[in-house]
Formats: sequence, structure tokens, C-alpha cells
Amino acid sequence: MKKLIIAGIALLSITSLTAQNAEERGLQIAKAADKADQGFNSSIVNLKMTLKNKNGQTSERLLVTRTLEQTTDGDKSLIVFNSPKDVKGTSTLTFTHKVGSDDQWLFLPSIKRVKRISSNNKSGPFVGSEFAYEDLSSQEIEKYSYKFLEEKGNLLIVEQDPVDPKSGYTRRIVTYNKDKKYRIEKVEFYDRKNALLKTLKYSEYKLYKGKFWRALSMNMVNHQSNKETLLKFSDYNFKADLSDEDFTQVALKRAGQ
Amino acid sequence: MNETKKISSITNSFARKWAEFVIKFKWPVLIITLGIALGLGSQGNMEFDGDYHVFFSESNPELEAFDALQDKYTKDDNIVIVLTPDNGNVFTKDNLTAIEELTTESWNTPYSSRVDAVTNFQHTSAQGDDLYVDDLAYESTLKTDTEIIEIKEKALKEPLLVNRLINKKGSVTAVNITVRLPGEDSAKEIPEVTAFVRKTIADFQEKHPNFQVHSSGLVPLNTAFFESSMRDMMLTMIMLIIVVITTLVLTRNFFSTFVTLIVVLFSIISAVGFVGITGIKLTPPSSVFPTMILTLAVADSIHILITMLQKMRKDGYTKNEALVESMRLNFMPVFITSLTTVIGFLTMNFGDVPPFWHLGNITAFGMTMAFLYSTTALPALMAILPVKVKEKKSTSVSKLGWYTNLGHFVAKQPVRLAVVSFIIIGLFTYLATKNQFNDEFINYFDETVQFRSDTDYISENLTGIYNVEFSVGSGESGGINNPEYLKNLNNFENWLEEQPEVIHVNAFSEVARRVNRSMHGDNESFYRVPDSREEAAQYLLLYELSLPFGLDLNNQINVDKSESRVTITLQNISSAEMIAFSKRAERWLQNNTPKPMHAIGVSPTLMFSKLGFRQADSMLKGNIIALLLISLVLMFALRNFKLGLLSIIPNVTPVFIGFGFWAMYKAQINTGMVIVFGMTLGIIVDDTVHFMSKFLRARRELRYDAKQAVIYAFETVGKALVTTTIVLLSGFAVLSTSSFALNSYMARITVIIILSALIIDFILLPSLLILISKKSEVRVPEKEIIESQIQLDK
Repeated sequence: MKKLIIAGIALLSITSLTAQNAEERGLQIAKAADKADQGFNSSIVNLKMTLKNKNGQTSERLLVTRTLEQTTDGDKSLIVFNSPKDVKGTSTLTFTHKVGSDDQWLFLPSIKRVKRISSNNKSGPFVGSEFAYEDLSSQEIEKYSYKFLEEKGNLLIVEQDPVDPKSGYTRRIVTYNKDKKYRIEKVEFYDRKNALLKTLKYSEYKLYKGKFWRALSMNMVNHQSNKETLLKFSDYNFKADLSDEDFTQVALKRAGQ
Repeated sequence: MNETKKISSITNSFARKWAEFVIKFKWPVLIITLGIALGLGSQGNMEFDGDYHVFFSESNPELEAFDALQDKYTKDDNIVIVLTPDNGNVFTKDNLTAIEELTTESWNTPYSSRVDAVTNFQHTSAQGDDLYVDDLAYESTLKTDTEIIEIKEKALKEPLLVNRLINKKGSVTAVNITVRLPGEDSAKEIPEVTAFVRKTIADFQEKHPNFQVHSSGLVPLNTAFFESSMRDMMLTMIMLIIVVITTLVLTRNFFSTFVTLIVVLFSIISAVGFVGITGIKLTPPSSVFPTMILTLAVADSIHILITMLQKMRKDGYTKNEALVESMRLNFMPVFITSLTTVIGFLTMNFGDVPPFWHLGNITAFGMTMAFLYSTTALPALMAILPVKVKEKKSTSVSKLGWYTNLGHFVAKQPVRLAVVSFIIIGLFTYLATKNQFNDEFINYFDETVQFRSDTDYISENLTGIYNVEFSVGSGESGGINNPEYLKNLNNFENWLEEQPEVIHVNAFSEVARRVNRSMHGDNESFYRVPDSREEAAQYLLLYELSLPFGLDLNNQINVDKSESRVTITLQNISSAEMIAFSKRAERWLQNNTPKPMHAIGVSPTLMFSKLGFRQADSMLKGNIIALLLISLVLMFALRNFKLGLLSIIPNVTPVFIGFGFWAMYKAQINTGMVIVFGMTLGIIVDDTVHFMSKFLRARRELRYDAKQAVIYAFETVGKALVTTTIVLLSGFAVLSTSSFALNSYMARITVIIILSALIIDFILLPSLLILISKKSEVRVPEKEIIESQIQLDK
């Protein structure tokens, strides 16, 4: 994969020197951010999702997310829904892959069965929210091509173009904070016709284990529908010491009961 | 009588002084009026707005209900592109690839939020506990023939597709683009979308000439509104030519024609300035204002000019003398007729349809300015220009013959004519009640408009354009997963499917059934709503997780899953049938479901269906006020209470005849025609004013008896009434060629009304005048009357 990227960069470098620099630097920043976050092993966090339509009517969902860091492939995650009541116990297990479509299983407590979802679709809204599944899943370097745009003080702005043709976006404009271990402050999403669709703002950053920045609040605003979704994270736990056994179909069933 | 003489001498001397003043300061007057016209014109700004929302006032309850529904789900307008491949089969490798290409390109439409096609339909299938959700046809070039046949079978079995995006035979298909217009500036946004879609279609046709392409939907509807505004504005040019010809024929004088043209152009320029200052965005109904102003304003000029030229030709007045005399004679009538026309147009503000407020206000302003220019710029210009006429002997006696004969004819048999007239009017009034409101917005456009022909094609070959929507509530958060709710919704869906008008139903219960089947290994016996609430909710969660960008269920279920949207596609049915259908569905919900599910039908189609009724209701008050005001103006102008009251008959009955005639012609009336009462009242009243004032003058000043006074009135104003009627008829005849029914129907019925008004003023009015007048004491041989009248009047 790396070879391919280098080859791609080499190919593009023919076109112009500045372009090459921009792409190289963009990739470097993404890598630096990825590297800064390496070594957290696993985490458990509670998540409250608040959906708001343009009239201010709201709807809430409560979830628990477990994540297991992987080095050779994308991270594994297990999400358990605690509310609304109808879907309590429903859980999803996802293996993200650096290349190709992710694997996903769903446990449905009402029929006590695990269903495997085979779909290339990850651009749709996650449980009716303004977050697409692709916004929430593990951000692997290989999923984008990069272009450095500008530096504003300690902020580095990088354009990221999704590799997946089924992505809902043409590009994302990501703002990294150079001084805070390349944590992300803001992402702007441009839809397929290259119009600004959504803005995601990260706030209430907290440093865990002295190394890992985690935003306790993420607010996504859809500029076209005027709807928004607020994610509030609480009780980050980096000490659970989860292992591959906690991310199997059996574990998925267990988690939902 | 002393009182009235005093008033009339005051107005006479005022008019004379006015005229003398204008002639004395002809250059300053001309420059000032030119300054006013150009000053107003410099503020002019004509922007067109095609958004169908402009037809609904902010307080319109149907619009409010529809907006509320769109707020709950998604606010969207659409473009449907219909593709008909030559080979009669959508499902071939090449055709599917072409559709995929078009679908991909459609995502680039400005403001697009969703694109639905057969190819990107999210097909669900199950194998054991594996659930597959994918595009029905993706990368069709790589598919084998058997796979293509499978795709066809799946598509033609899919209730969500058949009769919506594909016809039953699989020979016609559609790509539906949903756009979410920000609504900040529809005059900019809609053309932007239209330009893109047109280019996409043109490119597609060039690349795939084996496809026939048609397009329709709400955005093309808006575009059709937009473009018919511009086309109707072009009618102004035709009317200008007619004005020039009419003036030339009537005045037989080049300078008079030139001056008339200046006056009407000044009036239109001022009205354009008014449009700019008030920020009105032009719509099809209001875009006819230049033609309206031209038609109505030209009469003022013609009256003044004809009198002036007559005075010069026949009576040998000098130019300035003739001008002063003409102004003295015409100032009051022109003022009164302008005033009544302005009142008539202003009553449009009582209606509920904003484009007609605009039409009324712009035309009222233009008419006010036309009065001003006719009494300032016109005499000033005539004073400046070297107007010369050939003096000739009066030939008027022989010319008057026709009108005199008509006068004698009426005077001989007033009772019989009145009775016959009333019988005919009664008959037409009865017929008038047979008209029905119909505001089918597709039929607003005639077959020459591409939107209409494309939409007709789509209605005949694929699906309907009209729809009704219901937001069916469950009364609790997450309640759409309640099996009770789903069963009721399913029953509603089934009931709707059975209705003869219904082409397609899109309800959430279908999604619930489909997902339930997939969760049970595609077992057909599970094609029913889930049994428990948890199952339904969890299946839905799973299903939603597997949908791609833009194809989610947010347009069908609300945020807290307490309500879902039912969209019913209907055949092209009339407004009355549309309202009846919606009522029937509402009643079904009331009788068969619990209270939270009792929803009301909403949609743009329904909004238009009810528009005519709403406009008629709100205009009723306006029409009564117009009638009262105009009758008051008449009483004042005639200085006679009894005749003012009598004038109501010839002013109101032409409208009855118009609508009675219409019942035989089309029998369907639209929103545009509701305004004609107030509008034509202000116009036709002029005939009555002229006729009655001459009648009264004969009675008061010449001491004629009623019969002689009627003949006198015929002789003096008969020709003038006929000429103004011809000008008015030609103006509205030009408008009646519009391809837009709100304008063309309005113009056509106005033509009938104006014509009937003239006939009534020539037959019924004089008969009534004779009948209500006491027998006169004085009797003078008729011959003498004519001669004395000529001396006095000319």
C-alpha cells in the first residue's frame, strides 16, 4: 500500500513541484496525527447523541463504544445502544480495513441473532443523525489522498479526498492543531457536487494518559438541511485492557444482553 | 340644478386653466414629466420569480400545513427526467450503463440532496444471517446477460419502483433528482438548477441518441412559470404595434400617434420604476402589466386627441384653442374613468394570491401616472409639435346615422328590449353557476409549452405528477415501530392502493414489510409488518445503517420516529376531484385509526386545488367594496343618486354574461378569473359614465325628454364608446394568446365581458333610462334636436 502511495506521489510530482510539496506535506501531517494517537491500546466511552432538526425538536440516543487499536489493519469497534428503549441492547461490531469495505455484524436482542451486514454503503446517516458512518469509523491514512492547504498559527489545514468512489464526499477540509499533538479541531465536508455540506467542530478536549487528546464534545451542523447532531462523550476509560476476544461475534451477543 | 351647474363650471374653469398653464409652460412641463418618468425608470428593476410558492400568501393555511410537513421531514423540490429507450427495454447493458451515468451526473445538480433511479435503488436480499444491501444495478458494463435479466425481474417486482421510477413493462424509466433550495433568492436558484439540468439532458442526448428524454417536476414547473412570465412580457411589443396602428387610424395624424406613444411609454417606464422601488418580483400574472397599462392608458390619450383634432378639422379652431377646449371637455371624464380603473385594480389586494396584488398595484400606479401624463406631457407635446390638419366641412351628419338609428330603435321599444335583455341575462346568470373551479397547475400551460407536453407524456407513460401527502402520527416517540401503528398504516396503504385515482403509494409500512422479509431469509410469508415493537425498531436500525448517502429515510420518518410520511401519486384529476380524494382519505383515517393517526392531506397540488376557492372567498369582500366605491364615484360624477343606483345593473350584468358564456365554452374557471369582476368593473363603468352623462346633459341643459336624450347620447358618444371598446378588446385579445391559462382565461373572459358591456350599454341601459324617466313635458321635433346638439356640443 505504501508503495502505491509513494508511486502515486511520484507520479503527481511530475506535474508540479509545489503540488508535490503540498501533497507530501498533507500526508506527513496525517501520518503525524496518526502516530501521535498510536499506543492507546483500547478504550471504553459512553456517548450521548442528540439529534436536532431545524425547529429545535430533539431526539436522544445513548451508546457505549469500545475500541481496540490495531496496528496492521484498521481498528475494531463494538457499539452498544442503551436507548431508545426499543433498540436497547442492539450492538454493532465493526472491523475497519485500511483497504476495501469494512466487516460489520449486528446483534438484535429481539430475535437474539447476529446478522452480518454486507454493504459498501458507509456514507449514509448513522441512526438518523448528521454523522455518516464514515465520519465515525476509524480514520485510516489509506482512505484518503492529501493536500496541504495552509498554516494559520498553530493550525494546519489539509484537504483530504476519499479514495472510495461510494463516499458521500468529494473532499474534507481538516484543521489540525500542531501544538496539541495534531489533534483535529474542525472538519468541513463537501458533498458530491462539491458544495459545503457539514461542519464538525471538536471541543472540550481532554488529555488522557498524558498523551491522548480526546474531544468530549463533537458538534456536526448540516448547512443544507439545517439539522445538527451533538455528541457528548463521558467516562473515557483507557484502562479496560480489552483484547481481540472482546471483539468477536460471541462478545457481540454478550455485550447486548 | 344651480348647485350642479356651479360644480361643473368650477371643473370646467379648472380644466381650462390647467390646459392654459400647460400650454404656456410647455417646455418646463415636458421636461419635468420627462424627469419624473426617467427618474422612476432609473429605479426600475424587473426580476422574475418562478417559485410556485409566490402564488400563496404567507397566511395561506394549506401552505402552512405543507411547510410544517416539510419541516418535519425534508424540504424538497424535484426534477424528474424520464428516459424512453428506442428498443423498448430499459434493461440492457448499454441502457443501464447510460442510466448509471446520468444518475452520477445528476448528483452534481446544484442544491441536490438525493437522486433516485432504478440503478441506485437499494436492493435488500438475505442469505441466511447475511444481509446484503446494494445498488440494484452497479457497474452494469461488467454484468452478464443473466444478471441483467435478474435485475429486470427484481425491479419489476419492486413496489417502490413500479409506477414511480419504472413502468410495468420496463420500457420507460425515470431519474428523480431531489433538490433542497435554500429559498434565499428563488429568482437565482431555480434558473441555476434548470440550466444545469438542461445541459445534463443535452449532453446525455448527444451521447445516447437512442433515448427519448422528457422532464417534469416542481423545478420545471417553476421554470415554466418563470418563462411564461417573460413570454407574456413580450406581448407588450405586439400591443405597442396595435396601439400605433389604432391611433393612426383613429386620429389620422402622425404627431398624435407619436404623442400617444410617448404617453403610454412614460406610463410603462414609471410602472417599471414602481416595480423596482417596491421590490416586486414578477410572476406570470403580474408580468402582463405593460400590456394592461398600454391598453387602458391609450384610451385617455385618444379621447383628448380626437376631440382636439375634430375641433381643428371641423370647427377651425387654432391648435392651442382646440387643445384647451379638448382638455376642458375631457378632463373630468378622463379623471373619473382613470379613478374607477384604479379602484378596480386596487381591489385585487383583497384577494389571497400575491401575484394579483402585484398586478393590481402596478397597473393602478401605471394608470395614475397615465392620467398625469395625458393631462401634462400630452398637451405640452401637442403644443410644441407643429400639428397641422386639413380643415374640412363637417361630414358628421351622415356618419352619425348609424348610431342615430340605433337610438331610434331603442327609443321605440324600451319595454320589449328591457324584458328580452333581462331574460337573456337571467339565462346566462343561471349558466354562470355551472362553472367549476379548476386549478390544475399543469393545465395552466397550453400544449405549446414543453413543460406541459413533457408532463403529459410522463402522465401517460410512467407515473403521475400530482400528489397528496399525509404525515401520519403515532402519538409517541419511537411509535412508528409499534405493530398497532404499522398495521393501521398498512391498512391505509392498502385502502389507498384500491382507490381508482391512485397510481402509487409510498408508505413506511412498505419499508417495514420489506425489511422483515429480509430478516427472515427473504421468505415471502414474512412480507408483513413485524410482530413486536423491538423487532421493528431493531430491523429499522439495521436497515438504516446500511443505506448510502442521500438515500436515507429522513424524508420519510421524523427525527424522534413518532411520525411517518405517506406520499400518494395521483392521476391528473381536477381540483374538485383532488379535494374530494383528500377528504375521503382523511375520513378513512378518522373512521379506521386511533386519534394520533388522523392526518390531513397536504401538497402543492392540493394548495393549487384550493387556491381558486380561497381567492373567490377573499375577493367577494373586495368586489362588494369596489362596486360600492365605483357606484359612489358615479353618483358623484353624474350628480344623481337614482341613476348612480341604476348604473349598477349595466355594470354588474356583463360579468354574469361573461361567466355564463364561459360555462358554454370551458365551464372551468381558475384563480386568474376571480379578479375579473373588480377589474372589468373599473373598465366597463367608463361606458356607463359617458352614456349617462350625455343623457343627463340632454335632460338638464337641453330639456329633452328621455327618448330624445337617449338618441342624443347615442349620437354624441356612440362612436367614442365603440372605439375605446375596440382598443380594449384588442389589448385583451393580445393577452388571450398567452400560453399561460391564468392570463389567457382572464383575458378571454374579459373580452366577452367588455363586449357584453357595450351591448348592454347600447340596449338595456337606454331602455331603462327611458323607463324610469317621467314623461317629459317638452316635445321638440327630433330633427331640430340633432342640429342644436351639434352646435352645442361641438
